[in-house]
Amino acid sequence: MRVIGRFILFLSRLFVNREPFKIYVKRFFEESIIIGTDSIFIVVIVSLFIGAVTAVQTAYNMVSPLIPTYIIGLIVRDMVVLELAPTFTAVVFAGKVGSNIAGGLGTMRISEQVDALEVMGINSASYLVLPKILASTLMYPLLVILSAFLGIWGGYIAGTLGGYITPEEYIYGLRYEFIEFNVIFAIIKSFVFGFLIASISSFKGYFTQGGALEVGKASTNAVTNSCIAILAADFLLAQLLI
Amino acid sequence: MIEIKNISKAFNSKVVLDSVSAAFEKGKTNMIIGASGTGKSVLLKCIVGLIDPDDGNVFFDEKDFYHASKSVKKEIRRKIGMLFQGSALFDSLTVEKNVRFPLDMLSKMSAKEKNERVDFCLDRVDLLHAKDKMPSEISGGMKKRVGIARAIVMNSQYLFCDEPNSGLDPNTSILIDNLIQEITQEYNLTTVIVSHDMNSVMEIGDYVMFLHQGKKIWEGSSQNILDSEKEELNTFVFSNKLMKKYKSAIG
Repeated sequence: MRVIGRFILFLSRLFVNREPFKIYVKRFFEESIIIGTDSIFIVVIVSLFIGAVTAVQTAYNMVSPLIPTYIIGLIVRDMVVLELAPTFTAVVFAGKVGSNIAGGLGTMRISEQVDALEVMGINSASYLVLPKILASTLMYPLLVILSAFLGIWGGYIAGTLGGYITPEEYIYGLRYEFIEFNVIFAIIKSFVFGFLIASISSFKGYFTQGGALEVGKASTNAVTNSCIAILAADFLLAQLLI
Repeated sequence: MIEIKNISKAFNSKVVLDSVSAAFEKGKTNMIIGASGTGKSVLLKCIVGLIDPDDGNVFFDEKDFYHASKSVKKEIRRKIGMLFQGSALFDSLTVEKNVRFPLDMLSKMSAKEKNERVDFCLDRVDLLHAKDKMPSEISGGMKKRVGIARAIVMNSQYLFCDEPNSGLDPNTSILIDNLIQEITQEYNLTTVIVSHDMNSVMEIGDYVMFLHQGKKIWEGSSQNILDSEKEELNTFVFSNKLMKKYKSAIG
């Protein structure tokens, strides 16, 4: 409970004694490149493979001839959109971006760069952390949209090239009983996950004390705690919104 | 002028500073000395507001820092320049951008004025040629000089230095000491230096305050330090062979 209290106080510090707005705009774009653009490669690779694996494994489990083949497309669609694109990618995103945020802030803390900002009269938490949280919260949903598209595409490639399903059947499966809210639900989840990853990792990194060893620990804790928070939030949102 | 009155600080049950008071005058190099773990850096951080003291006040030209409004506090902070032990340069910025950073954040100067000011400060510390280098590409002594340039770029009135000579060779240490002293006199700054380097103390210390186990037990000029009869101070000052030889030479 104490940690949660400290976390909330930390978040409230981001909005007190802020710097001029134009400074945040510049920092937001810088962070968006680091957090969003630099994560595209890993998201592309992960998404293509999770879609492909889902298609192949669904085909493998279809032992009854009574089940139509287009079900592969339907399962890939629902798995990718509802769970794999927002949640699985979030775990990968936490590993890449979360550790980067915690490591960067931790290093700034132990090398007194954070103190240097404070001495200048700059709200270091707000200046350093707020743009990261905003960038992550806004860029992660875009990555999830990309991930969902590529996941479905990966399933299509694996399913058709592997001879498990024809292209027409796969596309029929994708369109069959499509629920639009699933996409909205995935985007809502991605906003929440993006916020959780950046805020938890910043919290862990910002309060690092000690030396290089502690920076490493902060990075590990940031990833671990982000993953736990993602899974807990995933369950809560599923209970609340579906 | 900076005045500190009855500054006390404890971490859990360990008392680190016990009612420390002092006055640091303008245009002088004021030094806080003492062995490792006596609370020098904590005192410096209390003065600049990085650590809140449990008790006591700090006055910057008679303005009460801890009881001031947020705007006054911010105004005081913007007159403070600080050189950190590890220089605390921003890794992702070049030397020029490091020095320019306070101007970008806090001043309303035009781009041309900022460029001129940055060049002036880098030239003052003899680093104009290294302005495009990254902090990882320059030596420890150069990093300290960049730190000094960044500390004075906003026309600071108060300069704080935390162990400015740590990790430097004797020649570079003297260079940094002299630079700090010159800048202090040139711009009439109130400079406070935390150090345990006796060479620095003897070289540039106008006012010296000795801390021992969190208490101020001696203050005076660097000239008087050798005549002190305080046992703790003598143990600290004459701890190395060079100072012992010096003491025996002067009788």
